[in-house]
Amino acid sequence: MAALLVSKITEKSRSGIRAAETYTEELTMSKSDQALDDANVAYDKRRKLKQRIIFALFRGAAAVNGFALLVIIYFMVANGWRAISWEFLTQPPMESMTKGGILPCIVGTLCLSLGAIIAAMPIGIASAIYLNEYARPGKMVRLIRLGINNLAGVPSVVFGLFGLAFFVVILKMGVSIAAGALTLGAMSLPVIIGTTEEALKSVPDTYREASLGLGATKWQTIWRVVLPSALPGILTGAILGISRAAGETAPIMFTGAVFFTPRLPTSIFNEVMALPYHIYVLATAGTEIEKTRHLQYGTALVLIALVLGMNLVAILWRTRLRKRLK
Amino acid sequence: MANRRQTTEKAMRAMFFVITTASIAILFLIMFFLFKEGLPIFKTVSVKDFIFGKYWYPTSDPADFGIFPLIVASVAVTVVSGAISVPLGVMTAIYLSEIAKPKVGEIVKPVVELLAALPSVVIGFFGMVLVAPFLQQVFGIPTGLNLFNASLMLAFMSIPTICSISEDAIHSVPNALREASAALGATQLQTIVRVVVPASLSGISTAVILGLSRAVGETMVVLMVAGGAAMLPGSLFDPVRPMPASIAAEMAEAPVGGEHYYALFATGIVLFVFTLLFNIVADFIAHRYAQVGDATL
Repeated sequence: MAALLVSKITEKSRSGIRAAETYTEELTMSKSDQALDDANVAYDKRRKLKQRIIFALFRGAAAVNGFALLVIIYFMVANGWRAISWEFLTQPPMESMTKGGILPCIVGTLCLSLGAIIAAMPIGIASAIYLNEYARPGKMVRLIRLGINNLAGVPSVVFGLFGLAFFVVILKMGVSIAAGALTLGAMSLPVIIGTTEEALKSVPDTYREASLGLGATKWQTIWRVVLPSALPGILTGAILGISRAAGETAPIMFTGAVFFTPRLPTSIFNEVMALPYHIYVLATAGTEIEKTRHLQYGTALVLIALVLGMNLVAILWRTRLRKRLK
Repeated sequence: MANRRQTTEKAMRAMFFVITTASIAILFLIMFFLFKEGLPIFKTVSVKDFIFGKYWYPTSDPADFGIFPLIVASVAVTVVSGAISVPLGVMTAIYLSEIAKPKVGEIVKPVVELLAALPSVVIGFFGMVLVAPFLQQVFGIPTGLNLFNASLMLAFMSIPTICSISEDAIHSVPNALREASAALGATQLQTIVRVVVPASLSGISTAVILGLSRAVGETMVVLMVAGGAAMLPGSLFDPVRPMPASIAAEMAEAPVGGEHYYALFATGIVLFVFTLLFNIVADFIAHRYAQVGDATL
């Protein structure tokens, strides 16, 4: 027993001596290592400096976006706010559009974008429900998604051509709210599908399982459990869709909007004026482009306020929703 | 009871499926009408003369329907805008997902989204009344409405697309990869350049292609800012007339069913094929090189 203890102690002291030896060895060696260490420190400094410079570049790139947004909004507000008055918002254009307001344009844009969303919402939501709740991954779903992605990529002016050939000419709607809204609706469909799918995905699977576990069918589950929980997200998508549709010009140029019409629309087969088209017309096709500059800025400011306002609401609402779900 | 429920269930499923095919149906309708109204032009002009013809004088007599200058203009505008938007968009995405503090990110992200929300006609208007005179003064050129101005405006329209899709891709790179890189002694920058970006390259490529596709198809900006001359551009500051501008500007004057009308729809076909190709390539990359779990490098 004692012998064992002694041997253990000697073992320990031996290992202690060994450690001390290696330590002194290291101390003597460290002189030659000093150069290597210095090089390492220098390298580290260099790559940290490089990182700092390049990160500053990245930060600059991000700042450019904010700068662009600020500059655009600043100039529109600075030049446009003087044009805005109660009369500007509530009167029709007068004296061959060199004076007066933009009421018909505001009404027209609201009609077109609301019409678009009414046309696109049911189809978009149903598509998203199928893709997210029913469909199983496979060739068919892949094909449908490819179709939706490609629809999202179709240029806006091509939607205009389609609307002209189909709604205006073949379906004989003429240049009207109906034709314009349907064209815009076709264009907003991918956006609605995308945002609705995102909303459906954010509903936890446990909700569905609980409902199915209670004996509900899939449709009952979707109708009573999934859709109510996803509703705020879906509505956010709808707001984004409306704002996008309100700002579009090319699809309504040949299908819904006209240069000038003094009357407010009374039926969906009336032609209308629209804010974006009004800006375009005033800025490019008048005889007195300079004289109506303040009206152009004013119209642009109203359009921006309308579109960005809706977007801001949607974005803030969505951020809050996301936080709550986490 | 159970039987009736099952019937409802099946009917619902079938109904949703049918509605879902609406997107594809619309896509096919678009193609159908483009071809229906566009193909008749090839009775008067050969496909080769239409695409490679150098002169676009649709209203003179006899009319010339050569859209080569329009195609070149579209390509030029897209390439130049891409040279601006791709670096800016990707760098912003990297900044947002890798570098920025969450608080800063919460401000920058809505900014990018609001940039995307700006109506194209407003950006066109801005380019026309503010950027054009500025360029004219600074560079001493005859007109500020030119290729460069249009590209600059288009760049800010495609940055949000490029940025948000790239950011999703970068965000989906698993943290384990970043941690492994850091554990090997790499700095954050080295990790980004050698690990994060290569791992999300397929998503970034998709983002770039979709961003460029947006620039090709964007109408109002090129209509208002590009200058509108249907000529082959000789320099960055020459006015040009990209395809969407030509369609939008002339459709109002072209009588339905006339040659000019058909020619504009045929231009629409070319434009549509361009963006379709972009989108199919993007879809192919996204699926072929999909980022799956840790096995992305």
